[in-house]
Amino acid sequence: MESKFYEEDKLLVFKITDEIDDCSVQKIRRKADYEIERYMPKKVIFDFDSVTFMDSAGIGLIIGRYKFANMLGGKLEVANLTQNVKKIFEMSGILKLIPVTQI
Amino acid sequence: MKEQVDNEMKLEFISKATNEAFARITVAAFASQLDPTIEELADIKTAVSEAVTNCIIHGYENKQGIIKINAKLKDNQIIIEISDNGKGIENVEMAKEPLYTTKPNLERSGMGFTIMESFMDSMKLESIVGLGTKVTLVKTIKLQDCEEESKLNTLTKD
Repeated sequence: MESKFYEEDKLLVFKITDEIDDCSVQKIRRKADYEIERYMPKKVIFDFDSVTFMDSAGIGLIIGRYKFANMLGGKLEVANLTQNVKKIFEMSGILKLIPVTQI
Repeated sequence: MKEQVDNEMKLEFISKATNEAFARITVAAFASQLDPTIEELADIKTAVSEAVTNCIIHGYENKQGIIKINAKLKDNQIIIEISDNGKGIENVEMAKEPLYTTKPNLERSGMGFTIMESFMDSMKLESIVGLGTKVTLVKTIKLQDCEEESKLNTLTKD
């Protein structure tokens, strides 16, 4: 996973480049929480453009980071959802809570 | 009498999280004989991933055990059985409920069975406490545009 922090907008962007399952999600979670705590962003965006696979582990990942970013006073959005990712997020209902954005 | 199938494969591996990717990719490779669309293949991979994760996290609770997959192709259907000899599920109906999870502290969404049910045509869950759990997933692969193909076949024959 790559990350980039935009100082001016206090925006932190994560570009997930791995498959998201129960196995890989722990590493992604650790890195994301570390960076969110480090930069205290106003907004966090998860970019799914390069995600070739995701199962329900992705739901927990996003809800968990949403709560964490919120706790530290930030917002969370998701971007570039692939068909497979979109289907899973829609089913879980989290898109009612988390906005889909363009980047 | 033995059930008539067109093809069959069996897979056995230990309950390590790194085998989740191995399992779904292997089943997808087997399913590809039915010429599924990319979306159908993604559905199968997701459902298998959910089932295998359940065996590892819930069935064996991260202790070492054996997970078995038996996949069959029959006409344009794939039938996938995924089983473990783990602790089993006390209340099968409750386990299937969306958002129900016994491990919320680990950021589990409780959506595994719901995803299996909606991404496949059918999902059967059988479990005996202390003996293990078996999930049977069935999906019919829609036939692609056959007309084009048969046209091509006649062309190559000529």
